[in-house]
Amino acid sequence: MTNGFVRRYIFSTDHKIIGIQYILTGLIMAIVGAWLAVLIRLQLGWPEHQWVFLSRLLPKGMPSGVMTPEFYLAVVTMHGTIMVFFFISYVLVSGFGNYLVPLQVGARDMAFPFLNMLSYWIALLSAVVMVLSFFVEGGAAAAGWTAYPPLSAVASAVPGSQMGQTLWILSMALFIASFTMSGLNIVATVFSTRAPGLSMMRLPLTVWSFFIASILGLLAFPPLTAGAVMLLFDRHFGTSFFLPSGLVVAGKLLPNTGGSPLLWQHLFWFLGHPEVYVLILPALGIAFDILPAFTRKPVFGYRISVWCLVAVGCLSMIVWGHHMFVSGMSPFTGEYFSLVTLTITVPMTIFGVNMLASLWGAKLELRTPMLFALSVIAMFGSGGFGGLFLGNATADMQLHDTYFVVGHFHMMIGGVTLLATFAAIYFWFPKMFGRTMNETLGRLHFWFTFGPFFVIFFMQHFLGLQGAPRRYYAFTAFDYLRDTRGQNLAISIAALLLVSGQLLFLVNFVWSLFGGLAAKANPWQATTLEWTTASPPPHGNFETQPVVERWAYEYGVQTTDGDFAVQTVPARNVPVTA
Amino acid sequence: MTQPAATTIDRWSGGTCPFDAGWRKVMMWWFIITDGLLFAGFLGAYGYARILALRWPDQSTVFSLPYIAAMTFVLITSSATMASAVEAAKEGKRRLALRFIVLTAIGGAVFLGMQAYEWWHLIEEGARLNTNPWGDASFSAYFFLLTGFHGSHVLTGVSILITTAIRTAKGWSTADGVEMAGLYWHFVDLVWVFIFTLFYLL
Ligand code: HEM
Ligand SMILES: [Cu+2]
Repeated sequence: MTNGFVRRYIFSTDHKIIGIQYILTGLIMAIVGAWLAVLIRLQLGWPEHQWVFLSRLLPKGMPSGVMTPEFYLAVVTMHGTIMVFFFISYVLVSGFGNYLVPLQVGARDMAFPFLNMLSYWIALLSAVVMVLSFFVEGGAAAAGWTAYPPLSAVASAVPGSQMGQTLWILSMALFIASFTMSGLNIVATVFSTRAPGLSMMRLPLTVWSFFIASILGLLAFPPLTAGAVMLLFDRHFGTSFFLPSGLVVAGKLLPNTGGSPLLWQHLFWFLGHPEVYVLILPALGIAFDILPAFTRKPVFGYRISVWCLVAVGCLSMIVWGHHMFVSGMSPFTGEYFSLVTLTITVPMTIFGVNMLASLWGAKLELRTPMLFALSVIAMFGSGGFGGLFLGNATADMQLHDTYFVVGHFHMMIGGVTLLATFAAIYFWFPKMFGRTMNETLGRLHFWFTFGPFFVIFFMQHFLGLQGAPRRYYAFTAFDYLRDTRGQNLAISIAALLLVSGQLLFLVNFVWSLFGGLAAKANPWQATTLEWTTASPPPHGNFETQPVVERWAYEYGVQTTDGDFAVQTVPARNVPVTA
Repeated sequence: MTQPAATTIDRWSGGTCPFDAGWRKVMMWWFIITDGLLFAGFLGAYGYARILALRWPDQSTVFSLPYIAAMTFVLITSSATMASAVEAAKEGKRRLALRFIVLTAIGGAVFLGMQAYEWWHLIEEGARLNTNPWGDASFSAYFFLLTGFHGSHVLTGVSILITTAIRTAKGWSTADGVEMAGLYWHFVDLVWVFIFTLFYLL
């Protein structure tokens, strides 16, 4: 290993390398998160079954092969945290954000490459701290990915509330620092380093979605940081920000006075709700941009879609209370939050309909990225439909904290983002590594992903309608839930199928990395700037500064290259349609 | 690559920075917005707790308001000297800029000293993160939290100012660099105005 290798590929300031580093880190974290999901499903599908081999692997969490309830809580907490913050955020937002934004705006790199490198290394540290928290006294945090106090604030509440919760908070603080740095970079890059001619309304929707998502992150994370600081104070310095008077934990009256656990919920969801849009907007933007490469016609409603993103971004800052309908808020406040929540479905629906309309009259080429992009639309529609029910305070009173919510948000924050992540990987793999992924394996992987995923979370909606509460360790003790045994078993089997299906992806990824067919500069005949340079692009991205002449969706025109014109084709050669 | 462009539309159409601001300034502005929202989070939480509170002390019995007003005056004056420093740096008057930067840093340091004295004084009288001799415990918790976080920002600001002063003395700093330090300093002062109004006066 020479010094050059270290600077080129390890401590690199090149946005492409950093993007790939994020993607690989996120994929490794996804394996951890998926493994936790398997544990959850083993418990819910086969409660009381003794998994002897697991008792050897996890002697503390699963003595005699059955999971302890405390360990179950830790597993659920860490599954959610890792998937939301360390898989989807890293791969989709930071990973592809880093890789694509400078290329698609025609810049040589991010605005501030050194800060970018720093942000990756802090992100890595944050992931390491989170994983290490499994191994400290008391185990990992167990207060849910939302870290509600008092569970998260009182060390004697559950074993995971000891060191594990402290590390959870520290890891989140590192995550926020790193996410802020990378958000600042993306915003500044889009603002000030666009190529000549690349006006805001000529940006590909992918860039728009990263731009809005980064702004949302910058606006939403700081209040959570404030909350996290206060939570640390409550845990270690005896304050009572989130702890009310008269709280009894483990038979002992706590000395705290005057705080309110609801304050945390406000601070958390003020972040938490925009955060889900931080994750889903890039997913939608990417899917939107992949469609035209396989329909070979311009997308429908580009401008409106941009304004929908902006509107969703603004609205997402004022709807957080819909996570707190049962917190005893005044009915008028509930009414307000219901109203704005249902308002946000309007731009979201317009966006979805624009995606559907983009398919109108086209001959679809069902290559792997297209299959995934299409499934994004299906998943988005189904998950959003559940959201409509939850957004009504009256219905949510019944559905809150049931599997209906679990089904809803897994379709959105889990399904849409996962499918878009795969769409993005299959689509840009040739650009990143100069090789193409295997098409047959890819399509097989698609069916093994979309199929089981949809079944699992579709069924969970119905579990919720039957009143099955989320985060429960087993349903065996409740008469009214006896009948759900079969459904839980079916869900667990589908989950195992889903996880095994991902092996197809891993094999394809690794095999293609070394043995895939060499890729051309523009294998999909797409129009955005990254396809005008070599695969993989050289350091500095472009041989000469690209000059942009048109929008990003010039398909269905006659040029010497085929039926499309990349954004740099001069207007005098091919007429500009938008 | 940054050239001034003619119209607003031109400014946004690529190849140049909107507002004629380089990426550094764009980043600084966004950083200030995020950092401001951090304080908004703290202040929002404080408002929430204050509404819940049963016995919120009367601030004028706890603090000496003229003393706090003096602190505020020092900090606001330092904003004025900072503005003069930025002006001087833009006109290329290096020595004058240096003098104003040093004055600003001194203002910040005096503010920090006065705040340290106030903390010491209240701790003497029995205020702790979880105890408050004058009423609800959350009063002192939020007091230390808000002023402590703001103080840490002032300290950061003073360090930035000292660095800028050294760079200016050596002739390394640019007018843009001084302006960025100034942006941060004005922001820290503005946050204090909010804390002063919402925590001490209201
Ligand atoms: C169609 C628009 C949407 C509406 C009306 C909607 C509505 C809601 C409501 C009211 C809840 C609270 C349910 C409860 O806890 O009782 C909820 C939960 C949730 N939603 Fe949505 N949602 C929408 C879209 C999305 C999207 C796009 C995402 C993610 C990308 C998302 C992710 C989540 C998550 C993660 C939770 C639950 C968090 C938790 O309690 O652990 N939602 N949604
Ligand atoms: Cu929400």
